[in-house]
Amino acid sequence: MRLEYFQMVDRLTALDPEARLVRADCRVPDESPVFEGHFPGHPILPGVLMIETMAQTGGWLVLATLRFASMPFLTQVREAKMRAFVVPGQALEAEARLVHDGSGYAVVEATLASAGKKVAEAEIRYRVVPFPNETLRAQMLENARRIGVPEEFFDA
Amino acid sequence: MASTFETVAGIIADTCDIERDTITPDSHAINDLGIDSLDFLDVAFAIDKAFGIKMPLEQWTQEVNDGKVSSDEYFVIKNLCANIDKLVAAKAG
Repeated sequence: MRLEYFQMVDRLTALDPEARLVRADCRVPDESPVFEGHFPGHPILPGVLMIETMAQTGGWLVLATLRFASMPFLTQVREAKMRAFVVPGQALEAEARLVHDGSGYAVVEATLASAGKKVAEAEIRYRVVPFPNETLRAQMLENARRIGVPEEFFDA
Repeated sequence: MASTFETVAGIIADTCDIERDTITPDSHAINDLGIDSLDFLDVAFAIDKAFGIKMPLEQWTQEVNDGKVSSDEYFVIKNLCANIDKLVAAKAG
């Protein structure tokens, strides 16, 4: 994870659009300015960043499903629960399942776990729209390669 | 079995917190009921699930934006229901 750049996913460990499933490894950094404020003397990953991690993980599944033809933007977070503190250096496994691939929107159910224990969950909805510009699409493709999205998904 | 209109009206009432009695077949989802685009995505998700279909919202929106059809065609409830019935029939057929 590079919190300051909102790069929450380190590596995809499973990506199967047919099975509507994605899994990812996400390691919380040992140090970050985020932890200086959240909280002094008790550094923990903010809940909104746990949600962002789940949203990005599900977002990669949506992108792969659409073969990078359109971009999912977060529109709703429902039934979010943060079940445990997540601390610097902790290894997380994110998982998302595509519940519905709608026309112009998508819905996933996502979880975040550590050592097999669920630490967060949410239903996440996206509005799916054409990329607003080529700069963003190029950056998303670069990020996709960084986290291990196979080239076969880049053929839009 | 509930009619398409009854199901859709129930979904809109629940999803958008609109009094069920104010929803009629001639209501326009946007102009009369005030459903915004984000809430309409919730309605679409609930309709897709309830009827086992995928409403082509992107296509409908494009046609309206291009001036090819009036928004009434897709967003007046009775017309929306007729389009849902077509999608259900196409899926079954």
